[in-house]
Amino acid sequence: MKIPATILLAVAATLHAAPSSLLNVSYDVTREFYRDYNEAFVRHWQAEKHAPITIDQSHAGSSKQARAVLDGLQADVVTMNQDTDIQLLADAGLVAADWRTRLPDHAAPYTSTIVFLVRNGNPKGIKDWPDLVKPGVEVIIPSPKTSGNGRYSYLAAWAAAKTAPDGSDAKAREFVGALFKNAPILPPGGRDATNAFVQRGLGDALLTFESEALQIAKVFSPGAYEVVTPASSILAEAPVSVVDRVVDKRGTREPATAYLQYLWSDEGQKLAVKHFFRPRAAALLAANAGIFPPLQLRTVDEIFGGWKEAQKHFQDGGTFDAIYQPAKP
Amino acid sequence: MAGAIATFPTAPRAAHPDRATAEPLVVRAVLIGIVFAFFALFLFLPLLVVFMEALSKGVPAFFAVFEDSATAHAVKLTFIAAGIAVPLNTLFGLAAAWSLTRFDFPGRPVLITLIDLPLWVSPVIGGLIYVLIFGAQGWFGPWFIDHDIRIIFALPGIVLATIFVTFPFVARGLIPLMQAQGTQEEEAALSLGANGWQIFWRVTLPKIKWGLLYGIILCNARAMGEFGAVSVVSGHIRGKTNTMPLHIEILYNEYQFAAAFAVASVLCILALLTLVIKTYAEWRAEQQLAEAARTADLPIHR
Repeated sequence: MKIPATILLAVAATLHAAPSSLLNVSYDVTREFYRDYNEAFVRHWQAEKHAPITIDQSHAGSSKQARAVLDGLQADVVTMNQDTDIQLLADAGLVAADWRTRLPDHAAPYTSTIVFLVRNGNPKGIKDWPDLVKPGVEVIIPSPKTSGNGRYSYLAAWAAAKTAPDGSDAKAREFVGALFKNAPILPPGGRDATNAFVQRGLGDALLTFESEALQIAKVFSPGAYEVVTPASSILAEAPVSVVDRVVDKRGTREPATAYLQYLWSDEGQKLAVKHFFRPRAAALLAANAGIFPPLQLRTVDEIFGGWKEAQKHFQDGGTFDAIYQPAKP
Repeated sequence: MAGAIATFPTAPRAAHPDRATAEPLVVRAVLIGIVFAFFALFLFLPLLVVFMEALSKGVPAFFAVFEDSATAHAVKLTFIAAGIAVPLNTLFGLAAAWSLTRFDFPGRPVLITLIDLPLWVSPVIGGLIYVLIFGAQGWFGPWFIDHDIRIIFALPGIVLATIFVTFPFVARGLIPLMQAQGTQEEEAALSLGANGWQIFWRVTLPKIKWGLLYGIILCNARAMGEFGAVSVVSGHIRGKTNTMPLHIEILYNEYQFAAAFAVASVLCILALLTLVIKTYAEWRAEQQLAEAARTADLPIHR
């Protein structure tokens, strides 16, 4: 069917990938951002008189990607949406234990938060968290079991209820239970949830990352949806790291580190804004307050005492399992 | 998958041609109506949707999809993976069918059953076993990684997974045929002094060629369309380890619906071509089988 020489070449190329390439293993909704960023970085790298370099991309659910790197996917850098996905690699010895402090801002070059996407004109008048648990409101949330997106949504709802004037953990539990009672389905991933809300027309509000919500409202279907920013939500830091074991073996530590550091450059931060991630540069964030309205952002550390504790909500038999009862037909 | 098994050529059909028409007219009309409705709803309509969506942005946009380097690479990778897996499985299928129908040895029924295994397990498992064997935490993974040899998340893994899910097809197509044909002609050739190769090339192969072609075509169709097993071992590196089915999912998730359906339509065209060739090969294979049944002394073992 094919000339054997082609096959041999292909095999040889796979066996000995040239070191002048980097593989960035990332999560689902960063494709558009990294397509632009990779171009910018390659230009910058070559302008600094380095040898030409190419960046390869791999995208899938954040936790699935972490698992693939653990199983041997040769990622030079990982760019995830949740601390735990890189910590998993650190625990396995692929990433140095001090990965959080090697780069500024807990190694997260941009952030996002959980907001609501509603249909044009906001027919159900959804303004803040309490509006989501009213009777007759249907909310689309990705499953917290399988998606980082869903976990952040759950944590954001919990944080909002806990920090309300008469809030407590018990009140938060009750609120999150009521919220998921209004969720007719739990799509497995962020993009699946978007497709359910946009393509299939399900639900009155979609809970998702601000970056995803803005992208839908401004790029994919302009004029059909509105983004509602609640008074408070969760700070979602998207951490990055080089994979020490891979870069040491391939001799790519220098370009891989430069690739991540450049995310904090003016150009990197501006591209983050272009793709609706909140930049770390305070001046840039303030200048774009029209896109990113100020809101009270709580951290996972402050509300839950770190990811290790937060993660307990989602284990089998954890709080989420106790709260969520799928609708019986 | 179960459908693929049911369509293997077996004994000549229509042994009792009048049985189906003996039902009352109403029953027949209702049953035929249900079949047509089912076909329209589950086969024709989806196929139509694929082509309509693929061309929704016009013919130039359709062709522009394949100029994208990642898409072009996905098409190429699919052909390379099938180009390696199908010949290997053809050799394996021939060897297996030959030894299982020509020799009687202990364990033969077990082997015949085991050949079907990939048809019965989920393809995801077909992928996961290779992760468990060749993954960084698997049995042989650390050795391969130390020697800088990529198995999973690279072409070899994709080929391995493809071979696993497609390996029953050629053997399954040949075994009933070769069983029905018996060994008399080979024995005659042997008594006339032919050696093994001569018997294979001049006697056996001409007898089974349509059955073999049928098996190869099914094998190829499945190899190009495989999603689950390949998805597990691919690593999803854009422009490197994405096959056509994986690339379709990626395009769909990137909201590039027209592009996703354009690639899907190529797979559909390949499937339709396969169907035409398959129908012809199946028809010829049945002729060979019927001929074998007519000339054989023994009744067909099914």
